[in-house]
Amino acid sequence: MEVRLSDIRKHFGPVKANDGITLTVPAGTIQGILGENGAGKSTLMKILSGFQPADGGRILLDGQKVVMRSPADAIRHGVGMLHQDPMDFPPMRVVDNLLIGAPGRLIPRRSEAMAAIGELAGSLGLSIDLKAEVGSLTLGERQQLELLRLLWLGARVLILDEPTTGISAHQRQELFDTLRRLAAQDKTVLFVSHKLEEVQELCTRVAVLRQGRLVGEALPPFRVDRLVTMMFEREVSPGERAECSSGPPLLRLSNLGAEHGRIRFDGLDLEVCAGETIGLAGMEGSGQSLLLQACSGLAPAIAGRVRLSGVDLTGKSYHHFQKRGVAYVPATRLEEGLVPGLSLTEHFLLTDRKPGFFINREKGRRVAEERISEFNIKGAPANPVESLSGGNQQRALLALVRPDAKLMLLEQPTRGLDVESVIYLWSKLKERCARGEAIIFTSSDLDELLRYSDRILVFFAGRVSGPIDAAGTTVDELGQMIGGGSIDIVAAASAGDPEAAHV
Amino acid sequence: MSDSRKDAGLPPAAGPTTRRRFSRQTWINLGLQLCALVLAFLFTSVILLVAGAPPWQAYAEIAKGAAESLTDVSNVLVAWVPLLLAAAGVLVTFAAGLWNIGVEGQIVLGAVLTTLVLRLLQDTTLHPALIIVLAMIAGIVGGALWAALAGVLKTFGGVNEIFGGLGLNFVATALALWLIFGPWKRPGIGSMSGTEPFPDDLGLPTVGGLRLSLWSLGLGIVAVIVVYILLERTHVGLRLKAVGRNKRAAFLLGVPTWQYGMLAFVVCGALAGLAGGIQVTGVYHRLIPSISSGYGFLGLMIGMLILYRAVWVAPVALFFAALNIGSIQLPIVLKLDSTLSGVLQGALVLFVLLVEGARQRYLRRARVAASSGPGAPPPVSDVGPGAPADIPGEAL
Repeated sequence: MEVRLSDIRKHFGPVKANDGITLTVPAGTIQGILGENGAGKSTLMKILSGFQPADGGRILLDGQKVVMRSPADAIRHGVGMLHQDPMDFPPMRVVDNLLIGAPGRLIPRRSEAMAAIGELAGSLGLSIDLKAEVGSLTLGERQQLELLRLLWLGARVLILDEPTTGISAHQRQELFDTLRRLAAQDKTVLFVSHKLEEVQELCTRVAVLRQGRLVGEALPPFRVDRLVTMMFEREVSPGERAECSSGPPLLRLSNLGAEHGRIRFDGLDLEVCAGETIGLAGMEGSGQSLLLQACSGLAPAIAGRVRLSGVDLTGKSYHHFQKRGVAYVPATRLEEGLVPGLSLTEHFLLTDRKPGFFINREKGRRVAEERISEFNIKGAPANPVESLSGGNQQRALLALVRPDAKLMLLEQPTRGLDVESVIYLWSKLKERCARGEAIIFTSSDLDELLRYSDRILVFFAGRVSGPIDAAGTTVDELGQMIGGGSIDIVAAASAGDPEAAHV
Repeated sequence: MSDSRKDAGLPPAAGPTTRRRFSRQTWINLGLQLCALVLAFLFTSVILLVAGAPPWQAYAEIAKGAAESLTDVSNVLVAWVPLLLAAAGVLVTFAAGLWNIGVEGQIVLGAVLTTLVLRLLQDTTLHPALIIVLAMIAGIVGGALWAALAGVLKTFGGVNEIFGGLGLNFVATALALWLIFGPWKRPGIGSMSGTEPFPDDLGLPTVGGLRLSLWSLGLGIVAVIVVYILLERTHVGLRLKAVGRNKRAAFLLGVPTWQYGMLAFVVCGALAGLAGGIQVTGVYHRLIPSISSGYGFLGLMIGMLILYRAVWVAPVALFFAALNIGSIQLPIVLKLDSTLSGVLQGALVLFVLLVEGARQRYLRRARVAASSGPGAPPPVSDVGPGAPADIPGEAL
């Protein structure tokens, strides 16, 4: 279906989120929509998918003017949107999730729907267990499920908002293959991203937004430097790999094992020095987050010891670890990291080490103002955290890490951030490393892992590689290890494989 | 748990740039609340018309019943005290995201323990004032322990505090009835009129010939002030709010979450227990079956009506007390049941919540519209009852 957006306008007070955007996307196109945070791409997509009305402008589908008042309206017109965070019902079965949005009758016909969806999935080369509970699926599988649901409801225009965030490289490849197949069937795909390499790989056209306007379009072959210039009005260089001199040993894991659900690792030995950055690579759900939780006391060690600066903390509570200078920063910002409804000031007051009994608002505001300017957060001290944009929420999360922390455990610290924010955050983190803090972080971005880590641990199917030197490793090598190739295994998954532990 | 609770209670940003909008917002909110008040009266009026009573006269009777004489006013104040205590208490549990339905039973337990200590000590040579103080402390402890029980059930047993509290309410009422008709029955025959009254010197001193005690009034007012300061001006209050709004994040930021949940229960229970103690020592001078008189539930209603803002406890509780006392006249004058006050109170709460819900919807739509960055609307984070040390799924 051909999508034509004509002079779309959307203002929020003085902010022109969409300032007269005109864009035509021919049928069968995979259209990349690029732009930094706040460029207006999400607003534009929300307008196209019926989440919010435009202040002005027209939407034409195959030349027909349409008005979409709700997402349900949009899907009736054949426009479906896949959100960054899956909007599904984890405790329900897959098939019931699919039926929820369907125009139904009183008693849903499960078997009919299952047959239809199974066929659809087969035609796209996807395999999904319709009887499984959604909560047991990985993020990538839930995405496939949502995609199937939209297609089953008759979507001919698919909007994907940062779809590769948080899914494994393999699932990403599957997703891309699926999207290419859909495009070949004359469906139109709008792919919102700020990951240039993905856009380069997948898209057949690219539109770049900046400050609510369409600033340029491009056809392959794309020149990355030109796209970056269009996005940011300037060239952004990620900076060189910062070498760090490692200080005295800070964290020492010996023969550590931990378990959560199906995920488990054993016999992990690691010594982290002050000032060092350790990256944890691997497919999502291979145990990287579990290691962070084991190092912070959130997940109990089932074997081995955790020592921090020579003190054995094995079996101590999370708050005990925290008092000893361990900071854990979760991946999900509003779910786990921040308290919606409380202001930035109140967050800083909450993390005050010596709070006293009564709140000193003046001091709280002062601290908040300091950290806001230090971390370049766009927001006022009195702003509730949920009113901040994703990137600023992430900055706030890092600003909340106590200044006296010795070890920072960061779960996907740059998830969903644009290039510029990523560079800024890492410059702040590296400052802390220079002061003698150590960082262990997880990421699914290989470039990020190689650029900012000193050493990398690769997790694969419950095994953990020995620390590899990031400086001497290429993206291809790392990618192969994540995929299970040539890992120099020092720790083994399970007791059933005792040999590997001693290789 | 209601959305409105999660979103309410936080003053909007009041930076220099937003101050003008803030004041406009305040006026709009005030207008909306007034609107809810009018709607509640309209609704009650319709009920009155259906019941065949002239609404205007009914309201006039209520007003007359509450404020005609000094006795009426003092009775309103007598009813005000337990409402103040219960409402102040539930604000603490509301702040921590807990629905302390068990507040009713906590009042009963406070009354039971106060009665117990009075019975044990009434024949000793201790100074009566000391006995009263000890009895009131016992009441506070009783309420706090009963609340702690609900807290333990929630924290360690995974029993939702609404169900736990509801169950404990029945147990508390049964306990009081058993005591009144069993071990503590009056010489001769147990009766619904309660246990044998205590001697006058074991009651709180009252003003003139009225039932009002300045001591209990003082305690009620002090309790509200203390709760206000606790919630608005202390780190304890801030941590309670953090736990109430996002338990997981509060835990990760360093707040010992289940301990704060328990603290909220205990503080609320202590205030409820004090209310029970005051009903015994200051009002009835004995244990009666309906010692809590529904004040606990009314306290919850007040908490919801004022949208969890402590400043409003005193005036709204006074209004509720006036409705309660004022409507006592109704059966005699208009052949209406005195539960009319309950209808009006319930309607008020419903309409205020309704208006607030509509306001939040509007605000959320405006907010969603205003966020052009990536990401979905704020997630509903119901951490739910459960283990204090639960770890999240490994990256889904």
